[in-house]
This record gives sequence, structure tokens and C-alpha cells, in this order.
Amino acid sequence: MTYNSIVLVKQVPDTRTVTGDVMSKKGTMNRSAMPAIFNPEDLNALEMALQVRERYGGQITVLTMGPLKAADILRDALFHGADNVILLSDRKFAGADTQATAYTLKSAIQKIGDFDLIFCGRQAIDGDTAQVGPQVAEKLNLPQITYTESIASMDGDEIIAKRAFDLGSEIVKCKLPCLLTVVGSADRIRPASARKRIENKLAAIPSEYPAIVEKWAEFETETALAAYLTERNLEITVWTAADLDVNEDQLGLSGSPTQVYKVNYVVLESTESKEVPPTKEGIRELIQELIQEYIVG
Amino acid sequence: MSDNRNVWIFVEQEEGQIADVGLELLAKGRELADTLESQVWALVLGYQVAPLAERVIHHGADRVLLANHPELELYRTLPYSRVIIEQVQAHQPYIFLLGATPVGRDLAPRVASATNVGLTADCTDLQIGDYLLKKEKREYKDLLYQIRPAFGGNIIATIVNPKTRPQMATVREGVMQPNPPDLEFSGEVEIVEPSFEPSDFALHVLSREIRQPTVKLKDAPVIVAGGGGVSSEDESRLIEELAHILGGEVGASRAAVDAGFFSHEHQIGQTGATVRPRLYIAAGISGAIQHSTGMDESNKIISINTDPDAPISKIAHYKIVGDIAEVLPLLINALREKSR
Repeated sequence: MTYNSIVLVKQVPDTRTVTGDVMSKKGTMNRSAMPAIFNPEDLNALEMALQVRERYGGQITVLTMGPLKAADILRDALFHGADNVILLSDRKFAGADTQATAYTLKSAIQKIGDFDLIFCGRQAIDGDTAQVGPQVAEKLNLPQITYTESIASMDGDEIIAKRAFDLGSEIVKCKLPCLLTVVGSADRIRPASARKRIENKLAAIPSEYPAIVEKWAEFETETALAAYLTERNLEITVWTAADLDVNEDQLGLSGSPTQVYKVNYVVLESTESKEVPPTKEGIRELIQELIQEYIVG
Repeated sequence: MSDNRNVWIFVEQEEGQIADVGLELLAKGRELADTLESQVWALVLGYQVAPLAERVIHHGADRVLLANHPELELYRTLPYSRVIIEQVQAHQPYIFLLGATPVGRDLAPRVASATNVGLTADCTDLQIGDYLLKKEKREYKDLLYQIRPAFGGNIIATIVNPKTRPQMATVREGVMQPNPPDLEFSGEVEIVEPSFEPSDFALHVLSREIRQPTVKLKDAPVIVAGGGGVSSEDESRLIEELAHILGGEVGASRAAVDAGFFSHEHQIGQTGATVRPRLYIAAGISGAIQHSTGMDESNKIISINTDPDAPISKIAHYKIVGDIAEVLPLLINALREKSR
């Protein structure tokens, strides 16, 4: 038996490497100084889907919602071996909170239709909410396996998987179809294949065509490029709100029940600090002071 | 929309033990309900958990919704969310809080999604306040301000859900202070009979291992934490030795955990524990915001760093400029002398 997978992924600012370039002295943030990357745990999720395909066969569709620039991570997904990729992009999707995001993803998943497994990273590093996976599962009325670290086996319409969380783990058996959120301790993504990289180098969304035509002399016009990409199945599918069966009131900012009331930039307040010389005497005096203040017993 | 202003708390239990975060939330819930002049309702789900109800009331619940059923013995997403979604839809609370634990973060989004309400993850503070929705020129009174770090801890966002009820949030463990039990406090217990569907049992737990925490950062009076400046096993052992002499715990920044000197259980900061010990010794920690957000409320902070301008020096009360390989032995020796 083969299993078809959908992998939900997100392009995120790399919040792990926030450097002086990103945060100013006043504590304001320059988002453009943060590189946009493939959300790390979504790569673990893609790897898990690739392993299922290797063992049992099936198709992998990678789905993301984001600005057109998010096509970058879909190309990455193709380089790693995804069969199909879809970008959900529309101004109407912008500003979505997790509820509106889950609603949009659910609608796209229903349009894709044929699936046994949905994978996504446990959480995205820009928000760390871990909400979208379970919210999508609920809207599709599916069981969920959160914090999945590995799949032990699949048999008929059942999966056996290991969940790993703080201070514990579980082996669970679940009916398919189901949604899995994958943790960072799961297997790392395999390197992109050189062959896939060459084959899919030109995979693009229509808004990227002008730049490709300018760079590659072989394509005289966008029409010629489009014909070439169509022939090789290298057009990255873009779906807008009009392509989905959705209630527009539930999309994007206006469909988001949560609203950001205010944002405070974190500025560390300076404390009056005492410099202690790194000498035997200096340290001894420090300890005396801490004892007098009952900090050290 | 119902017009009650009740505050609901999901009180998580494991094998009949109430999770600490449950008591922390009851204390915060009580404070919010007193501000709103409303009630605290607690949800307790499990099997043979009836004895917990009294304790939950002593921690401030006016009413306990108790679902006691063999199918609820071990936490599973669908049976738990079935019971809770039904109760939320029947009573429409104003606010609903859960711990940001592996269970709470699995369960809360199911409930929020089923009821189409907003949910804020991992809050570190909650307040009641007003919100002017400019587009509608309408002021919403007494909303729940859901306050949480975002963008890796670089910003603190205040989120509101003006229109949907309940206003849902998960709350970080260890940031709210529990109240001592008040044996005089009285409340009611309402038994909830679950009505499961066969599809609720799509998932079976075949086996389960829960480890007791070996690192107890939250209640440690003293924490000695290593950071990116730790460059050898010898140095990490010095940190352990100093923590031991001071009767404290060993902490670590993400850099030191990633480098393999300490396990994740020791990690403090945005992706680890939040602590506020009496004394925090930061050994070779630069003090990036991702770390300091988890320890900046410590009573006294000592930093040991070769870089006098490392961000940690801004929040440290005592700054020792030097190499940890030299400074840690000085501290250890000074403390040994003292105890002689």
C-alpha cells in the first residue's frame, strides 16, 4: 500500500541569529536584516515524509502560505525530493493569525484532496506557537500525533509512531488519515540531491519569469519560458483565494480573531553593576558581601 | 455571545497529581476573576480524580467541572477535546487558560479551532484592560491582555481577542506564582458525563514513559549557568562543582546546550526554563535576549565574562571580567574557605 503525504511548511525570518544588525541600540528591529529560511522543524517533517515514500511509495505535496518570495522554500523542497509544490499567495491571506492560517490551509488541503498523512513542523521559529498543526487537524476532523520523533511502521490504515516531549515519550497507534507535527530531534533533512537541483533549477512562479528571461539567454520571451516550464512540469502552482472554496471573511487579517494591541521592544534596563576584580581578594570580598546580604548562606 | 465573565482554567493532572502550572493558573485566574467580579471555573479531567476537586477549590475555584472516566485516564487529544469543546460551547466562558505544557499546547489549539476563537500561545503575563478598535471606532472594555515574547524574545507583544469568546491563552510554566491553599474557600463540584464518539478513539497509547525531572531549575535558590564561553569538559565540571557548593542547580544557555556541554533540561531562556533564583551566576554567557528573558528577574546576578561589554553586564549586579577557567576556581576556593 502506498501513502500520499501533504507537508505544510513556512518561510520564516531566522530569529535564532538575531545579531547587532537586526536589533538597534534603542531596541527596534530591522526585519530585512534577518535572513528568510525554511522553518527548521518543517525540514524534519519533510524528511519524515520522504522516508515514508521510500518505504511505502506515494506522492509528496508540499504546501506553503506566504508572500511570493516563499517560492524559495518550495524550490528547496523540490531539490530535496518533493513531487509537487503549491504556494498559497494572495493579499487576502496576509496578516493571518493561526486561526485564519489554519482555515486557509484546510481549504487548500481539501482542494488537494487525496492524502493519507499531513506532516508539519511542531512550531515555526518566528512565533513558536505550535498551534497551526492541531488547528488544521481539528478543522479537517482528523486525529493528530503531536511531537512526532519517528514513525515505527505503517500497516493498512494504521500508523505506529513515537512522540517525544519534555520528560517523556509515547508510542502511539493511530488510524489514517492523520496529521503529525514533527520535532527537531527527528531525523535531519537529507542533503538536496544534485540531480534534483539541476532538474528543478528553473522551477518558478509566473512573477519570477521576467528575471529568468533576463538571466538566461535561451529564453527569448516569457511565453517561450512558460512553454518550456510547462513541458517539464516546472511551473510552481500558485493558488489565490479565488482558487479555494473559502469564506473571505475568514481569511487574513480580517479573519483573525487575535489582534496585536501593542509591541514593546525589549531593552535591557541597566542595573547598577559593581565590577569585581578577578583576584583572590576581589572574589573573597564579593563572597563576604553576598553572605552579609543573605544571598549566600 | 453569553454575557458571563467567568475565567476557566484547565487543571492538568498526571496520575492524580496536579501539575504546578495548574495551581499557578488558578492563582492568576482568581486575580483576573476578582478584577472582573466573576467566577473561576476549573476543568479537571481524568480517571479517579474526584479527590482533586477539593484541592482545586482551596486554590480558588468557585466551581469544578469534573469529568471522571476510564477513557480519560491517560491524556489523549480527541477524548479530552471532545469533553472540553462541549463544555465551552455550553457555557461560553469569557476567558479560558491552559498551561503551555506538551498537553496544553496539544489541546488548546483543538478547542480554539473548533470554536473559531483566537488563541495566544505561551503567555508570560495576563492583565485586564480596554482596547480601542480604531477601524470600528469602538472601545472594548475589560479584555484580556495576552502578553508574550515574540521573534525569539526580541519583542514583547500584547495580543487581544476583541470579538471571540472565550479569550484563550496558554501560559508558560513557572511565571505565575501559585497561592497557598485557603481551606476556608468554598466552591461547587459539577460532574460532567462525557459523550464520546467512536472516532474519538482513533489513537491508542501503546506505551508511555515519563521521567522524573532530574534538574529542578524552577525552585533552585542558586543557579550557576554556563554559556558559549564554556569550552571544555573541565570548565563544565567547575560549573557543576560551584553549583554543588552553593546548594544550587546547573543552568545553561542554548549555546552551551548546542555545544553538548549540558543537556536540554538545563536550558534557561526563551526556548528553556524561566527562573528567578536568589543568586544567578552567569559563567561565560553573553546574555543575548533569548537567554536573559528567562533569568533577568533573578534577585542577584553575577556575570563572569572575558568581554566587559557583553550584554549580560547590563543586567548583572556584579561583573567579573575574566576567564571562567580562572574565576570559577577562585569562587570555589573562597566558598570552601568560608565554610571551614
